[in-house]
Amino acid sequence: MSADLDSLRLPTAAARAREASTGIARSTASRWLLLVAALVVLATIAVGSLFIGSGTISAAEVWRALSQGGDDTNAILVTGFRLPRMLLAIGVGAALGLAGAMMQAVTRNPLADPGILGVNAGAYIAVVLAVAIAGTADLSSYVWWSFAGAGLASVIVYVIGSRGRAGATPVRLVLAGVALSAALQGVTFAITIRNPDIFDKIRFWQAGSLQNRQMDVFLGVLPFLIVGVVLALVVSRSLNAVALGDDLATSLGTKVLRTRVLSVVAITLLCGSATAAAGPIAFLGLMSPYLARAIVGPDQRWVLPFTMVFAPIIFLLSDLVGRVAVPGEMPVGIVTAFVGAPLLIVLIRRSKAQGL
Amino acid sequence: MTAVAEPGRRTVRVGRVSWVVHRRELVVVGALVAVVVGVGAFALTQGEYRIPLDKLLAAFTGTGSESVLRIVLEWRLPRVVIAVIGGIALGLSGAIFQSITRNPLGSPDIIGFNSGAFTGALIVTLVVGGNYAATVSGALIGGLATALVVYLLAWSRGVQGFRLIVIGIAISAVLNAFNDYLQLRADLNAAIAAASWGMGSLADLGWQDVVPMTIAVAVLVPLLALMSRRLGMLEFGDDIASALGIPVERARLLLLVLGVALTATVTAVAGPIIFVALAAPQLARRLTKSAGITLVPSAAMGAALLLVSDVVAQRIIAPAALPVGAVTVTLGGIYLIALLITQAGKR
Repeated sequence: MSADLDSLRLPTAAARAREASTGIARSTASRWLLLVAALVVLATIAVGSLFIGSGTISAAEVWRALSQGGDDTNAILVTGFRLPRMLLAIGVGAALGLAGAMMQAVTRNPLADPGILGVNAGAYIAVVLAVAIAGTADLSSYVWWSFAGAGLASVIVYVIGSRGRAGATPVRLVLAGVALSAALQGVTFAITIRNPDIFDKIRFWQAGSLQNRQMDVFLGVLPFLIVGVVLALVVSRSLNAVALGDDLATSLGTKVLRTRVLSVVAITLLCGSATAAAGPIAFLGLMSPYLARAIVGPDQRWVLPFTMVFAPIIFLLSDLVGRVAVPGEMPVGIVTAFVGAPLLIVLIRRSKAQGL
Repeated sequence: MTAVAEPGRRTVRVGRVSWVVHRRELVVVGALVAVVVGVGAFALTQGEYRIPLDKLLAAFTGTGSESVLRIVLEWRLPRVVIAVIGGIALGLSGAIFQSITRNPLGSPDIIGFNSGAFTGALIVTLVVGGNYAATVSGALIGGLATALVVYLLAWSRGVQGFRLIVIGIAISAVLNAFNDYLQLRADLNAAIAAASWGMGSLADLGWQDVVPMTIAVAVLVPLLALMSRRLGMLEFGDDIASALGIPVERARLLLLVLGVALTATVTAVAGPIIFVALAAPQLARRLTKSAGITLVPSAAMGAALLLVSDVVAQRIIAPAALPVGAVTVTLGGIYLIALLITQAGKR
């Protein structure tokens, strides 16, 4: 089931030595330059997103609301809705991108993504249980349930997917994620179908959306996002060693288990808070690290920061497309699925594994 | 019926079609039929009105009271018959897919067929607006188109199992996102109805659904019997099969169409029901200890699985009833997890 899939893995030992300097940007200077350029692009799109919405507010009005505030309708729409939405898009985007990059590094699996590996489904069912059983009503208190679900699901999927001598091959992990999502889906459905109220609340959250999120949602998840990001950047160096394979990493003096545990904690914090705030969003964690690796190669110390800038760019653009493309808004999670799934197909088709 | 080839095996011949029967297979199929009959009888007695067994027997001889006759023959029997015939179709479909992909996960559920059928039905019910027949056609077109797209995307000098599966997962993700979107735009009642159908449900089905489904299965099964020898040879691998004179890609495509048609028959009536096609052939193979996928035990296992799942769906949170698909998707997930764990243990 697995031997033929090795070419789908992230580069290990020998391959990595060869590929150490792959990617479009190879020198440190050009990488810094590109990172700064990407940040400028992100800032531009972020500011632009304040001016574009499903309703029309003139640019002058937006500017006035931002600079002077006020409590007329337009000012409230801009500072009360568009601004937190933009901040949330950046936070959630960065979180999911980072989580995806870390999952890919820890599992040495380029197909890893919080949505594909069932972590979102775990967070989802936890939130459904919170609404159905505990009667939790506001988004900011979803977050603890979401953590519990995300953490539990990521551990379960990893344990199932990495059993056996062959270890955690990409396809085994993907299947474990799909299997867990399926098992949880039936239970979630059984809970929601009995209660139309919950069903109605959940169906909007479920599609993955940034609509109608106000500042309290952003501020509610912000501390967790910050801890998650710091943790991710701290372990990024050890992730490089883990990518070499467990044996080599251990002989290089890396504490593999500690790196794994810290990574799972970071992934849980990032996915859990992102999912609580925006609902399950698939494929963002797949796309962004892929793009980052194409530019800077496999060095995690570069992949993580680049991912952290690319993911919010993709996410903001997806949200803008969802806002503008159809009347009445298309949730951003649907847009990312439309963009990301084709990439998964391209990745699978391009893999050289003949047995695949 | 002629020729004993070796102990425990026997060749059965009907006209031009012949097949080898193992004694173990006979025992397994017999046991599954017993399960179907037993659970079927239980399903007929249970419900809002309990009907004792002697009254049930009376209903079948036509001597029961009018109300009992109506409850048993008009309300409950069609549902049991649909579960059995649908289960047979799904079991056979899964057996075909798993033979073609030579992979225990190659099933219509995994390659996105169900998501596509649901998309088709949703577009018809929520966007276009149409009657039952239109919904059914929408489901069929959606499912077939999805299967075709997945097959073409997986094509690269032939279609290989794993690529087919992962591409199926990717396409399912896109379709599921689109389905979510359609449901979001619908009003709450339409969305709940669509979600129930989307899970796969045997509720509210009657004889008018049994008849077309039975006709379709009755046409498809003999065609499959004619192709079964080729199916067996494909399992040896492309090289051996083509050395034996089988036009590999054409045979595979024909079989794929048969498999899709069998699943589509069920989906059209009951919505997308996952897991049965996935698990029935594997469970049947384990019980019969057969080397390859076997059609008849897979069909019997499919019937037993769907019928039992439907009874569970009706009883588990009684008096409320779940769509049968909510039960099968959970069982399917657990089964997949078990499959991944046991496969790891073997290596």
